[in-house]
Amino acid sequence: MRPFVYDRATSVEEAIKAALALAKKPAGTAAAGPVNFLAGGTTLIDLMKLDVMRPERVIDINPLERAGRQGRIEASPQSLWLGGLVRMADVMRHPEVARDYPVIVQSLAFAASAQLRNMASLAGNVLQRTRCSYFRDTSWAACNKRDPGSGCAALDGVNRPHAVLGVSDHCIATYPGDFAQALIALDAKVEIAGVGGMRRIPFADLHRRPGDAPHIETVLQPGDLITGFEIPAAPWTRRSLYLKVRDRQSYEFALASAAVALDLAEGVVRGARIALGGVATVPWRAREAEAALAGKPLDEAAAKAAADAAFADATPRQHNAYKVPLGKATLARALMQAGSMEI
Amino acid sequence: MSAAAPEPKANMGPPEPRIDGRLKVTGQARYPADVPVSNPLYAYLVTSAIARGRITSFDLGAARGVPGVADILTHENTHGDVKQPKFFADGGYASTSIRPLDSAQIWHDGQIIALVLAETYEAAREAAHRVKVNYVEETPTATFDDAGASTQLAKEARKTHEDPEVGNFDEAFRTAEVKLDEWYSTPTQHHNAMELFATTCAWAGPQLTIYEPSQFVYGLQNGVAEQLGIDPEHIRVVSTFIGGAFGSKGSTTPRTALVAIAARRLGRPVKLVATRDQGFTIATYRAETRHHLRLGAARDGKLVALSHEGWEVTSRPDAYMVSGTDTTSRMYAVPNVATNVSIVHADRNTPGFMRSPPETPYMYALESAMDELAVKLAMDPVELRRTNDTMKEPIKGLPYTSRSLMQCFEEASRTFGWSKRNPQPGSMRDGDWLIGWGCATACYPTHIAPATARVRLTPDGEARVETAAHDIGTGTYTVIGQVVAEKLGLPLEKVAVLLGDSQLPPAPVSGGSNVTASVCTVVAKACDAIRSRLGNPNAAELMDALKRQGAGAIEEYAENVSNGPPPESLPLLYKGAVKMAGGATLKDRIQYAFGAEFVEVRVHALTREIRVPRAVGAFAAGRIMNTRTAHSQLMGGMVWGIASALHEATEIDRRAARYVNDNFADYLVPVNADVNQLDVILVSEEDTKVNPLGIKGLGELGNVGTAAAVANAVFHATGRRVRDLPIRIDALLA
Ligand SMILES: Cc1cc2nc3c(=O)[nH]c(=O)nc-3n(C[C@H](O)[C@H](O)[C@H](O)COP(=O)(O)OP(=O)(O)OC[C@H]3O[C@@H](n4cnc5c(N)ncnc54)[C@H](O)[C@@H]3O)c2cc1C
Ligand code: SF4
Repeated sequence: MRPFVYDRATSVEEAIKAALALAKKPAGTAAAGPVNFLAGGTTLIDLMKLDVMRPERVIDINPLERAGRQGRIEASPQSLWLGGLVRMADVMRHPEVARDYPVIVQSLAFAASAQLRNMASLAGNVLQRTRCSYFRDTSWAACNKRDPGSGCAALDGVNRPHAVLGVSDHCIATYPGDFAQALIALDAKVEIAGVGGMRRIPFADLHRRPGDAPHIETVLQPGDLITGFEIPAAPWTRRSLYLKVRDRQSYEFALASAAVALDLAEGVVRGARIALGGVATVPWRAREAEAALAGKPLDEAAAKAAADAAFADATPRQHNAYKVPLGKATLARALMQAGSMEI
Repeated sequence: MSAAAPEPKANMGPPEPRIDGRLKVTGQARYPADVPVSNPLYAYLVTSAIARGRITSFDLGAARGVPGVADILTHENTHGDVKQPKFFADGGYASTSIRPLDSAQIWHDGQIIALVLAETYEAAREAAHRVKVNYVEETPTATFDDAGASTQLAKEARKTHEDPEVGNFDEAFRTAEVKLDEWYSTPTQHHNAMELFATTCAWAGPQLTIYEPSQFVYGLQNGVAEQLGIDPEHIRVVSTFIGGAFGSKGSTTPRTALVAIAARRLGRPVKLVATRDQGFTIATYRAETRHHLRLGAARDGKLVALSHEGWEVTSRPDAYMVSGTDTTSRMYAVPNVATNVSIVHADRNTPGFMRSPPETPYMYALESAMDELAVKLAMDPVELRRTNDTMKEPIKGLPYTSRSLMQCFEEASRTFGWSKRNPQPGSMRDGDWLIGWGCATACYPTHIAPATARVRLTPDGEARVETAAHDIGTGTYTVIGQVVAEKLGLPLEKVAVLLGDSQLPPAPVSGGSNVTASVCTVVAKACDAIRSRLGNPNAAELMDALKRQGAGAIEEYAENVSNGPPPESLPLLYKGAVKMAGGATLKDRIQYAFGAEFVEVRVHALTREIRVPRAVGAFAAGRIMNTRTAHSQLMGGMVWGIASALHEATEIDRRAARYVNDNFADYLVPVNADVNQLDVILVSEEDTKVNPLGIKGLGELGNVGTAAAVANAVFHATGRRVRDLPIRIDALLA
C-alpha cells in the first residue's frame, strides 16, 4: 500500500468536489484513477494492499449512508429504490424486497460472506473488480487491465475462472459480481451524481466490455458518485430467482450463475428477463435467450433452447470450455426452477 | 456427553475439554507473532517473480526512499552470512538445501530475494513493492511432462530407499482372472494453516531468541545454529501456541536464519509475518503425484497380484519423496507385489510433509483401484476388503500388532446404512440429485520416537510437567496433563503443562502422529519414578506419602527410547534429530491404525455440483487418551479428506512454473456449508505391543481414504470414474 490522502465527505456535493480536486485522469476510470471513493472498502482496501490500486486520494463516503436517499431502501407499487450506500446485508433483511424481488435478495445472499455483506455497499458491489489472478498479483508483467498495453497473461494461462462471453483478445477477465446480474435482468437504472448534477442511465450501460481498453471498466466520469438503483416493478419480478453454481457451497464467486425473472400465463412465457454471471466480462443480459423463450410454453426443451441461444457466441479457451455446458445447464435449471415457483 | 465429546468405551480416556481452550477462545493465548519485543524492526519479504534464472541487478532507490526503511538485505550484501544448510532427508534440519540471499540464482518462483526492514510493517511493505528486480530468465519446468523435467528412480536418489516386492508380479498379473490397470493423479496442495509463517528474532549479546510457530523446537534451534554457524546453546526457540501446522512447520525454512542475521546486523529485534501468498513458496507443500495401479484377482475376489508405481514432483536440488508404496503394498493379502517410485525434478520449491504425506495420495490410488476392481468382480466393495483382509503383511510376512479394519467397516457400514445400497451406478436418485455411496480404507502407521520430560510434584498438590513437545491444535497439552493427573491422583486443573520451548527437555517433532505415544510414555515414566520414590502408594494416597516424607517437592527427569527406535536415537534427540520407528519399518512386526470411511455424495443431474451430505468414519487406534480431542482430530481429518477430493488444488501456470491461486479466496478449502452430517465412531482396540500405554496416534488417520471414498461415491452416483483429483464440475459435465 502506498501513502494516500484521506478525506471524509458528509454530503454528496462535498464528495464530488473532493473527487474533482485531483481531476486530471482519463474518463471511465473512476474505479482505477487517482481518486477513489471509499465505501465498505472490501474491494478497494484489498487491492490497495496488493499494490494493484494506488489512489492518491481516498474519499470516505460512509457518512452519506445517513445523509439522504443513497442510504435508503424505498419500495413503492411502481418501483424499488436501493440506495448506493445501503449495505448488502440490509437488502437481504428487507421483507418486501424478499417477497417482490427474490432474485435481488438471493443474488446478495449467495455472495461473499456474512462479514463482507455487513460492510459492503451496493454501489461498491457493482464496481467490484475482477478476481483474475494475473490482475491481482503485480508480479505478473502482462495484464492490460492493470497496465494497459502489457498483454494478457490469462489468454494462455490458468483461465478456468475466466469469461467466455464478451471477451476480447485483450482481456477475458470475468465480471465477478452477483447483484449486478439481478439489476441488469430487471432493467434497473443507475442514478449518478456528478459535476453536472444528477443523471439516470440504464444499468446495462454502466459497464463497458473490455474491447481494446480493458482498463476502462465503466462509463463513469471523474467525480461521478452512484447514489442508487431504481428497479421498475414488473409482472415478472415475483417469479424470479438467482441460481449460483460453484465448487463449494458458500463463500465463492460463481463459476456460472443465472438471474431469471418470468411472467408466465398458463405455462406460456409472456415475458422473460435473463442475465448470466460468472461467464462474462461484464454484467450480461442474455437477450437472445429471452427472445427464444417469448411466447413458448416453458418446458425443458424450451429452457434448453434458450440456454443454447445464450451461449451461441461463446469463445472458450483452454481451461474454461466447461463454462459453456455449465452456463447452459445453469440457465436451463434456473428457468425450470422459476417456472415451478409458487408466487 | 455429546457427539463432540463421545462416551468413552473400553480402553478410552474421558473427553476432558482442552486445558488451553479457554485461553484460545478468549484471545489470551499468545501465538509467536503476538509476543511483544521491545523496539522491533518489521521485515517484509521480496520474492522472485521468475522460477528459473538469475538476478542481474536490483534497483533499490525508490524502496530506500520510503520513510522508515532501515535496511534492505539482498544477496549482494549478505552473501556468505548464512551457511549452506543440509536438507533434512540428507540428515540435516532444513526444509530445503536452497539458500536464498546467497547468490543471484533463482531456483523457483517466490524464492526470497530480499528482506526489507523498516520501522513499521506498512513502510516495509510499501518499500518491498517498490523494489525493482532485473532478471535473466530461463524457461522453467513446472511439473510432469514439461520440457526439462528430469526423472530419477527413488532408489537411485536415496540409497536407503527400498521398493517393496514379493513373488512374481508379472506372471501372476498375466494369468489373473480379473485385471485392473489404471492411472490416478493428485494435485499440488498447500497446508494453508490459518496462522501465517511468522518469525521474530531477538539477540541479547550472543544469545538469540526465536519466536516462531514450530512443530519441532529442537530441530529449529539446531537448524538455525547450523546456518548461522553458532552453538545451539546460544539459541532458544519459543513456540507456545501454534495456529495450525500440518507438517509445514516441522523443518527449518530459510526465512528464520535471514531474520536472525537481519536482527544481528541492525542490533534490534526483527519481526516477520509473511503474507498468505508468500507462504505458498517460502515453505513446503504437498507435491502433485501420479500412480499406475495394476491389480489382479481371482473370480472370488482374492488378490493375486498388485503393482503400484508412483511419481512425485520435487525441486531441482532436493530429493524429497513420500513413497507411499511402503503402505499400499502391505494393506491386503496379496502374494505377488511389485512397486516402484520415481521423483521428477522441476523448477519448484522443495515439497515437504503434509498431513499423512505418503498415505493421502497413495491410498487414494489404491482404494480407488480396489473400488474399480469390486465393480469388475460385481462384488460389494466391503466384501472385497474382507476377502483380502490379513493379520500378516505380505512382503515379509510380519504380523500386524493389531488390525481392526473389518470391525471399523462393520461399525461404519451399519451406522451409514450401507446394506440399503443399490450397487448399480446412477440408480439412487432423489429428484434432480443423483446419489452415490462409496467407501474406502483408512490407515496410518503407528510411530514412536525417543522423548524426555521433567515432572515436579509439590506437597500442596500441584504438578508441573515440562517437555519440548508441541500442541499444534491436536490436544497435546490436555492429554499430557491427563497422564500426570491420572498417575499422580490429582485433578487435571492442578497440573501445569509446559510445552514448546527449546529450554525444556527435548521431545520429538510433532509429525508422523507419534507425539501422544512418545511423550505420554515418557511422562508416565517420570510420574512412575515419583511414585516409586514414595514407595508406590496408590494414587489416592500419593499426596499423603509425599507430605509424610517432609522433603518438599519431588522432581523426576525421565528419558525414554523404547518399542523400536535404537538407543543411539536418544542422544540424537538432544541435537534436534529425530529417529522415529514404527509402521512397516520394524524387524519383527508391523503396526498401523485403521479406519473405514463411508461417504454419500449428491451430484446435480444438470449442473453437476457435487455435495457431501453425510460421511461416517469408524477408527481403531489403540488406546484413546481423550475421546473429545480424538474425535476432533478424526473429524478434522475427514473434512480435509473431503477437501482433497473436491476442493483443494494449487493451480500452476505451466509457462512460468508459478502458483496462481495463492490466496484464501481462490485456494478452496471447505466452508461450513460443505460439511454436513459427519459421524466419527471410535472403535475399541487394545494393543500393548506398540508401546506400554498402547497408544497408536490418530492425528493423520482421518484424512486417509476419504478422497477415495468420495471418488468412489461419485462413480456410484454418475457412472463416471474420475481418476484425477480434485473432482470438480468440469469433469462431470457433457
Ligand atoms: C473474499 C471475498 C469474497 C467475495 N465474494 C463475492 C461474491 O461471491 N459475490 C459478489 O458479488 N461479491 C463478492 N465479493 C465482493 C464484494 O461484494 C465487494 O468487495 C463489495 O461489494 C464491494 O463493496 P464496498 O462497499 O466494500 O466497495 P469499496 O471497496 O468501498 O469500493 C469498491 C469500488 O467502488 C468505488 N465506489 C464505492 N462506492 C461508490 C459510489 N457510491 N459511487 C462511485 N464509486 C463508488 C470505490 O471507489 C472502489 O473503486 C467478495 C469479496 C471478497 C473480499
Ligand atoms: S484477463 Fe484481463 S485482467 Fe486478466 S490478465 Fe488478462 S488483461 Fe489482465
